[in-house]
Amino acid sequence: MTRQERTAWGFVLPVLAIILFVFALPTVLALALSVTDYSIYALADWGALRFVGLGNFTDLLTTPLFWRALGNTALFALLGVPMAVGTSLAAALLLHDASVRWKPLWRVLLFAPYVTSVVATAVVWRFLLNTRFGLLNHALGWVGVPPVDWLGDPHASIPAILLFVTWKIFGYNMIVFTAALSAVPHDLMEAARLDGASRWTRFRHVTLPAIGPTLLLAAVMSVAGFLQIFAEPYVMTLGGPAQSTTTVLYFMFDEGFKWWNLGQASAVAFILFLMILALTLVQARIGRRYEWL
Amino acid sequence: MTRRRWRAIATNAAVAAATLLTAAPLLWMVLVSFMPRGESSRFPPRLWPSRWSWENYHELLARRLIDGAWFDYRIVPALWNSLAVAGLSTLLGLLLTVPAGYAFAKLRFRGRERLLQLLVGALVVPGQVAMLPLFLIFKELGLVNSYAGVILPSLAGIFAILFVRQAALSIPDEMLDAARLDGASERRIFAQIVLPLLAPITVTLALFMFLGSWNDFLWPLIVLADQHLYTLPVAVAAISREHAADGELMMAAAVVTTLPVLILFVPLQRYYISGLLGGSVKG
Repeated sequence: MTRQERTAWGFVLPVLAIILFVFALPTVLALALSVTDYSIYALADWGALRFVGLGNFTDLLTTPLFWRALGNTALFALLGVPMAVGTSLAAALLLHDASVRWKPLWRVLLFAPYVTSVVATAVVWRFLLNTRFGLLNHALGWVGVPPVDWLGDPHASIPAILLFVTWKIFGYNMIVFTAALSAVPHDLMEAARLDGASRWTRFRHVTLPAIGPTLLLAAVMSVAGFLQIFAEPYVMTLGGPAQSTTTVLYFMFDEGFKWWNLGQASAVAFILFLMILALTLVQARIGRRYEWL
Repeated sequence: MTRRRWRAIATNAAVAAATLLTAAPLLWMVLVSFMPRGESSRFPPRLWPSRWSWENYHELLARRLIDGAWFDYRIVPALWNSLAVAGLSTLLGLLLTVPAGYAFAKLRFRGRERLLQLLVGALVVPGQVAMLPLFLIFKELGLVNSYAGVILPSLAGIFAILFVRQAALSIPDEMLDAARLDGASERRIFAQIVLPLLAPITVTLALFMFLGSWNDFLWPLIVLADQHLYTLPVAVAAISREHAADGELMMAAAVVTTLPVLILFVPLQRYYISGLLGGSVKG
């Protein structure tokens, strides 16, 4: 072994050992756990553990709450991705305009919610969304909209949480889109302008094709983010009302650490993993199509 | 010309309005935290404190004797816990991942490419999959309910290794080879040549790690059962369940949780944003 090789192993081994111990090993064990009936009894005594094959997975398919959680999570992603990505794009377009002054200042302020704690800001938003004292209903009252029971009405709870999530995360993609926008060929834009193309035509035929791949990738990655929603319903609604905000991860947490059905919960974790894997494959395909990878 | 001018004014006003709207929840959080008790639960809502009061912070942070027993919301201990956990996991995380990232970029060793592929592949697996068995392992080892139990999983910095590697790739080989010819040891090359070059991205990474650890919620919630070890998000979530109606108190707790992070973020935001854009290895 050369001197260089010895140093290299010294540099990489500690972190690889930790990755093996806290990530690789538990991931493999999760697969093993998902085919057992690990529950509170096994927690007390390993002897009570039984192999159940795909039993946990077939059980899940007949658990109404699991389907509910899947549906809610899908709804979060379906509504949330256009909402969050759209807001990011609108903010980026606004910020990109040449006439805007003090750009760095606006950028920091618009991005700030992204770095704050979900729990703390969820507490703030729970109060903003309060039916009686909340500022949101108060503001809606000015334009004549009657008070909405944002977090108490099963039909309003997901949109209400999405308002919060959008506020919290749009800054991230806004930054990504601003960078993509500044890479749009300037002469192409100028040529379109000289040809008398309208603002919308320029956006549609110059800007959008140029940032399209970035937009698509951001959308796919946002779906992965929305699949992992947990803290928001945990703090704001406890999964309610009427289980309307119980997400897949919330269901896994309850199943695993409230009822200690760790076998069942591992099966949920694996389904979540498969969904994210599928998304990553889509993402890789998009990347290859646009020749980035 | 005037039309253009009007457009510019309108655009600037729109940006300012959007920013105000975005900052409003945070501003309101601060304002309410200084209102006298009960003032936020009035109709119509008040936007400005009738008088500025520290009583919510006092209520939240001070330990008091009630009926002969000490009582507090355990926010001050949670603040120290959060600082210790985030500080330690950042420090240890950097010590572990910066040399590793450099080794993957610039040092030749057998199995390097294979290991690298494995790490990139591992990014696909969401962390939540490992959490359930990890809890059982930690329980067997007595790591549940300890700082080590919270910190250890955050040290498996696959993203961090790839992030450092990406930056280290741009260090010219000639520079390192010249130092080797001069007889410098590999460790000395790392400490005296590589580290200064990687300083900016180390700051970026430290910021990512600290904020990530500070804001982390699910794992600390799982692994910490003892209230005295709660980190801020876990403690705030616990109080918010019992004191949901107590607006001013909860806003003060939210301020205590978000303010340290914002204070850290604002002066270092350039590093954060450049890191966010530079990471072609985003997971």
